[in-house]
Amino acid sequence: MTDWLSPEEWTAVRLSLKVALVAMGASLLPGIAIAYALERGRFWGRQALDVMVHLPLVLPPVVVGYALLLGFGRRGPIGAYLAEQFGIVLSFRWTGAALACAIMGFPLLVRAIRLSLETVDRKLEDAAGTLGAHPVWVFFAVTLPLILPGIIAGMVLSFAKAMGEFGATITFVSNIPGETQTIPSAIYTFTQVPGGEGGALRLTLVSVAISIAALWMSEWMARRVRRRFLA
Amino acid sequence: MILDVDLRHQQGAFTLEARFQSQGRLTALFGPSGSGKTTLVNAIGGLIRPAGGRICVRGRVLVDTQQRVFVPKHRRRIGYVFQEARLFPHLNVEQNLQFGRWFTPRRERAADFRAVTELLGLGHLLKRWPSTLSGGEKQRVAIGRALLSDPHLLLMDEPLASLDEERKGEIYPYIERLRDEGNVPMVLVSHSVPEIARLATSIVVLNNGRIVASGPASDILRHTRFFPQAGPVEAGALVETHVLRHEEAFGLTVLQAAAGPLTVSRLDLPVGSPVRVRLRARDVILSLTPLEGVSALNVLPGIVAALEEAGGSSVDVTLACGEDEIVASVTRKSVERLGLKVGQPVHAIIKSIAFDREALGTVQAGNM
Repeated sequence: MTDWLSPEEWTAVRLSLKVALVAMGASLLPGIAIAYALERGRFWGRQALDVMVHLPLVLPPVVVGYALLLGFGRRGPIGAYLAEQFGIVLSFRWTGAALACAIMGFPLLVRAIRLSLETVDRKLEDAAGTLGAHPVWVFFAVTLPLILPGIIAGMVLSFAKAMGEFGATITFVSNIPGETQTIPSAIYTFTQVPGGEGGALRLTLVSVAISIAALWMSEWMARRVRRRFLA
Repeated sequence: MILDVDLRHQQGAFTLEARFQSQGRLTALFGPSGSGKTTLVNAIGGLIRPAGGRICVRGRVLVDTQQRVFVPKHRRRIGYVFQEARLFPHLNVEQNLQFGRWFTPRRERAADFRAVTELLGLGHLLKRWPSTLSGGEKQRVAIGRALLSDPHLLLMDEPLASLDEERKGEIYPYIERLRDEGNVPMVLVSHSVPEIARLATSIVVLNNGRIVASGPASDILRHTRFFPQAGPVEAGALVETHVLRHEEAFGLTVLQAAAGPLTVSRLDLPVGSPVRVRLRARDVILSLTPLEGVSALNVLPGIVAALEEAGGSSVDVTLACGEDEIVASVTRKSVERLGLKVGQPVHAIIKSIAFDREALGTVQAGNM
């Protein structure tokens, strides 16, 4: 079963999955909170926050990676603080790759959740209020279940983006086999050396398979949710 | 006092200024669309914050802008049945019904789940999803859901407006049972005269953001001038009767009112059942002599109690017939020709067909 991929290729696949899952998981709660704030909030600086969140979508990934290096690098203001206070180092570590992927996928996650928040019937939330539910409970008992399909869609987009992220990752955490070499970085490396075509092709196939599986799974989950109340 | 409202609210160019009190088991807010009925119930339910005023429900102050009191909707304990049922699509019928219960303090949970589902005929629907229910079923679930949150007051904003006549007919009896057997007073928004004639014990008439009249249903429904938008034809007297006997051979039922017997087409009710009938003012003809040889079956003797201009060419003539009062809408010309004046004995002639089938509702005695 494991023969058709070399140990280095397996390492890249495992690392990619780990980075993508951590990136997706870590951005989920902030994603929901920021989508909610942008859609429902009336506060100063909402526009600025909106622009900030969407910036990674329009900036060249290399720019995002370089900005991360400046901010979160060992000598960057945030990176130095994290290293001193908590001993957390992000640059040139797989955690840094996860951070880069999370930031690149964040606008996609927020957009998907925000779109589904937009379609939630506010009247249902009013009805829950008249039944005695505190606004916090209204969110958990009514709003959250209703936007679940949007959250699932956003998670898949974020995961897929993380699986394919290259520019920001390689700029911020480089291309270290076993530490920061994800599938795209590994494919890039293979194409740079003679005789690497086989590895590149195999990893490409793996990448395609994972993407298809993710799409299929999200479709299945969304259908399960939808079947209950949109039958 | 169940309801004590005095509020002002501005919404765009529309101003609502409402001041009324009600002690009714079922208070109807009546008026044409755009008259401010929904704004008023939204203020009572806490969905909007009125610009100024005071709202008091069963002695509890919910809004008092002078004292800076504003109880948020989730702490008001006021049930709300909306025009569209607003059931939660991700919960089944049983979970929808239980929703309010999760947020009711344990010691205040009085409504019995089985009793409510039985009263509203929901037993067989509990495992269904809202999207599979008919319009009438959805509204019954919505009423049950509101009741099970143990509200101190139940607001219903035209809950039947989206249903056809047949479905409405299905739900009326449930609302009547709630009114007569339940212990939650209700406020019903409606623009249908037959509906409030059947259901209301008190009526508040709204027009263009102002209260035109308020009081017991029997008093309000008598006056045609309160229902200008419905046309003078819709006003009429409410008369409490009971089934005296059935005349099977003719397919007729005789009802006993204080004013005398009334003959209507056969009703499917046992002898002795209380029946509330509405005698529409336009269906009542006045005669100075007890007419012989006319086809109308109902002739009630009475005395002219009041003459009121009703606008245009018509006059509302109120007759005292025993303890009942009947209103006839006649032209000013007829008043003059017959020489009608207060204290004069006359006869009210009512064709049996003039009984509005829709307005025939059962009520329990002593409910007004």
